[in-house]
Amino acid sequence: MKRAFLILAAVTALLLIYATYQALVVAPTERTMGDVQRIFYYHVPSAWTAGCLFFVNLVASVIYLIRRSSWSDALAASAAEVGVIFCTIVLITGPLWARPVWGIWWTWDMRLTSTLVLWLIYVSYLLLRRFSDSAQTPVLAAVLAIFGALDVPLVYFSIWFFRTQHPQPVMGNGGSLDPRMLHVFLLNLGVFTLFGALLCWARFHIETVRRQLDETRALEALLDDGRTGSSPARSTR
Amino acid sequence: MSLLSPATRATLLKDIRLEWRSKDALNSMLFFSLLVVVIFSFSFNPTAEESRVIAPGLIWVAFLFSTVVALNQTWARELRNQALDAYRVSPASPNSLFLAKVLGNLLFVGVLEAVMAPLFVVFYNLRSVGSLWQLLLVAVLGTYALVINGTFFAALSLRTRMREIMLPVILFPISIPAIQSMVEATRVIVTGEGTSRFPIVLLLTYDVVFTTASVALFGLILNAE
Repeated sequence: MKRAFLILAAVTALLLIYATYQALVVAPTERTMGDVQRIFYYHVPSAWTAGCLFFVNLVASVIYLIRRSSWSDALAASAAEVGVIFCTIVLITGPLWARPVWGIWWTWDMRLTSTLVLWLIYVSYLLLRRFSDSAQTPVLAAVLAIFGALDVPLVYFSIWFFRTQHPQPVMGNGGSLDPRMLHVFLLNLGVFTLFGALLCWARFHIETVRRQLDETRALEALLDDGRTGSSPARSTR
Repeated sequence: MSLLSPATRATLLKDIRLEWRSKDALNSMLFFSLLVVVIFSFSFNPTAEESRVIAPGLIWVAFLFSTVVALNQTWARELRNQALDAYRVSPASPNSLFLAKVLGNLLFVGVLEAVMAPLFVVFYNLRSVGSLWQLLLVAVLGTYALVINGTFFAALSLRTRMREIMLPVILFPISIPAIQSMVEATRVIVTGEGTSRFPIVLLLTYDVVFTTASVALFGLILNAE
């Protein structure tokens, strides 16, 4: 398992370097926006990756509620954390792009607001995990994840009705993307997804090891019963 | 009352009786709501026309904060003397307890709104263009949206550190579509501009979706130690 991870990490690193080079150097400069447009190659893939990870969190939460397996809870926690990181990247790169292009840092339109609300929901999920003391935290967190996921379509509908100002996406609506740009964009999309999966895997591994460590320590403390120094069941892992 | 199960009826009456005797939550909610209104008045000094536009938002924010005050003490009382544990081992279904809490909170927040609404009208010289019945419908749907999720999340945050702040932290993000809809619907009715149909439909959808989710998942939450 460890070797597979290292190989994947090496491949991802190389692909990231290649994709970054493509995005910053090779891709043609956009006609109206100039070089600032290159943020697009990080902004949109990050949003996509965050969305994928939040979906993984939902699926893992549902699996946990049905089967109560420890790995699904660890996966849900990891996916949420890494997803929040990518969502934060989206919320930071967005205004960085918007300021030179639209002249404003922020606007309460459809996309920005719904991304912000998504970020808020999942940060509240992480806070619940952190502040909850009980042994049933995974159940509570899984339930909150389901509520959050149910809320997402409602958020989209409410904001869609009340504010629509975001310019139409470059790819849809007949406004076609230069094929070279499309190629670089798809490359970055794939690489970011891979990167997100890699980070999630790493976090999942750390979480699993941490839980094993906690269990081992608890078991040792239980079996030690006063004998100084030695305890009979010392795990070698 | 006969539609409710005995467990629900007993719990609801118990809560009403306790509240009536001590009036803890009602007093604190009322005074807190009044303070919020006054602070808003110092922060925003709207003209009569402006006030009609921003007052709905102010009203609902004040109600939201006061609802959180009510929600926080919903379950806290049950922790003492292990009353909550007694519920968990009782043969009554968890949802009967949940329904009782939701109805109790609806009642308390309803009383709050009934008292505060005239005060708002006075402070902001409000005159509604739309009918009172429409406003009442929005008030009912909106309050229900806050209370259903709030009661559920109050149970979720029961065994967390910083319980009082955890409830708003997990409630507010998920309530955003509901708050937006109720404020928009109120604004439309009060100013008479636009249609309130979509916000009301969205509120109704929100209520249905989260009632279903709460009823389906409350048993899990109640039994989580």
